[in-house]
Amino acid sequence: MKYTPANIKMWARMGQRGAVFGVAMPDIAARKDQVKLLTADLALLSGMERYAKKYPDKFLNVGIAEQNMVGIAAGLAMDGYCVFASTYASFIAVRSLEQIRQNLSHMGCNVKIIGSSAGAAAAKSGISHWATEDLAFLRALPNMTVLSPADSLEAVKMAEWAADTEGPVYLRLSGGLGCPITYEADYDFVPGKLVPLREGSGPAVIATGLMVSEAMKAAVLLEKEGIPCAVYNMHTIKPVDKEGLREVFSRHRLIVTVEEHMVTGGMGSAVAEYKATLANTPRQVFLGFQDAFCEAGAQRYVWEQAGLTDIQLAARIAQEWRRDA
Amino acid sequence: MSELSGKALRLAGMAKRMRLDALDMALAAGSGGSHVGGSLSCVEILAVLYGEVLRFDVKNPLDRNRDRFIPSKNHCVLAHIPALAEAGFFPHEEILAFQKDGGRLAGYPRRPEIGLEYSGGSLGMALSVGIGMALAAREQGRPSRIYILMGDGELNEGSVWEALMSAAHYGLDHLTVIIDRNRLSYDGDTEVVMGLDSLGAKLGSFGWHVSQCDGHSIPALLEAFQDAAAGRPHAVIAETVKGKGVSFIENRPEWHHHRLSQEEYDRARAEVLGEGL
Repeated sequence: MKYTPANIKMWARMGQRGAVFGVAMPDIAARKDQVKLLTADLALLSGMERYAKKYPDKFLNVGIAEQNMVGIAAGLAMDGYCVFASTYASFIAVRSLEQIRQNLSHMGCNVKIIGSSAGAAAAKSGISHWATEDLAFLRALPNMTVLSPADSLEAVKMAEWAADTEGPVYLRLSGGLGCPITYEADYDFVPGKLVPLREGSGPAVIATGLMVSEAMKAAVLLEKEGIPCAVYNMHTIKPVDKEGLREVFSRHRLIVTVEEHMVTGGMGSAVAEYKATLANTPRQVFLGFQDAFCEAGAQRYVWEQAGLTDIQLAARIAQEWRRDA
Repeated sequence: MSELSGKALRLAGMAKRMRLDALDMALAAGSGGSHVGGSLSCVEILAVLYGEVLRFDVKNPLDRNRDRFIPSKNHCVLAHIPALAEAGFFPHEEILAFQKDGGRLAGYPRRPEIGLEYSGGSLGMALSVGIGMALAAREQGRPSRIYILMGDGELNEGSVWEALMSAAHYGLDHLTVIIDRNRLSYDGDTEVVMGLDSLGAKLGSFGWHVSQCDGHSIPALLEAFQDAAAGRPHAVIAETVKGKGVSFIENRPEWHHHRLSQEEYDRARAEVLGEGL
């Protein structure tokens, strides 16, 4: 796999899903035997045609039957396959949650669940197609690794890592076509490690998924207002990076978590659960969907309702920071 | 004695021992109770499978070429554990420890090394897993056949029909589903709770090859398992009686999960042994 600046730009145009199924999966199939990619009638939308054409024996479309897909994936995994199973995050993480719990979490089958269009990416398709609680559900399951990439490059690296790592993984892909770039050049993806993207002695923003790039833009706005904001990419929701978080808590007086997910049980909760075990830690502001469904509409319109756009984030963070000053 | 009747006699003896084991286990379960009815209905099915049909080697339990058996309805535990002991996966005396805290049999675990291929218990999940196993066996060129035991009430689950549809679509003729058609679910008559009749026609219309037989007749079961069709998955609808073999348990929904008292145990054991009290 060539992690060149040109490829990084091309993958960004393809979006996280397009890059994973159009680039990472064909690469994985080329270099590994006993790989399977399963989908529940979402091959075309997911950009799997190239893969399916080139590796028909490593591809299986089970039709619109997510529960059956996860069961079949588990059966294949029990006999030696590394199985990727994918459809919309809303369906795979919720409709087939019990199959994931029993077959993957409990029995440990080597299946990688890839949920696409997480958050509100499915925008106008309505709440039914949004995945805004998936992190909470999947994070509660023992033995699962839960990953949420900030951009297409990170999504590709996560898929490649998952292919080479035994055990169940949930890979949460955000956005549609055209994913903002967080990493302009190749970098070392280290699973489970919090990534400092921007230094600053003021508030620490911990973001995941598409909120990483919004947080980075917000940090630029805050800089202009004289608030030096640090930004961290929490790409691994489970297990949490305790060492990394401890360091963040010791360096900053205010923690702001930002996610395209309900604040109940998501990334912010994962941070808070660990923070609560420590003495003398900073206060935390939870940004995300506030335990309510927004009105359906374009993704940015949805984000605006929840205060998740860069300008809104900057205003809120400034307000919280000044409150403490 | 013909070969079939010799085989049938041997399997009938095995079924009788398993039924007695099931009673011993039900008694050992004490006041917590156990799944008595749905275990007694599939004793002959499991005796025929483990005594004749399934290919496995207890000395090499993880042999990749072994047949796989998954009880999707794990309410058959009082029959399945004795069948595994009969097959030699573990010592017979261990069966009474099937609910022992910390024991290796407790709570439907997945332990392929002793023949437990799947941690079942949640209905409507195992057929999909069996399909994955069948696809793997075919692609890897292994001779493994996959057998899934399901309850009739379990067929209420929608995920079952997703799986039935796909097994036929993939032409998995090395996959066999046995439906323990005892006509009772927890709440009573399946035809009252949620009707399943014309089940053979339903499965046939889904592309399955369907055999129907008396699920307590060993020759009929042996014949049904032979009755396969190339290119199609095979469903054996075994007409059974829930609680079979014990008069006061037969066809009684309350015995789905029930405590067996010492007095009931004595009566049941005498009935299975064919002794009047």
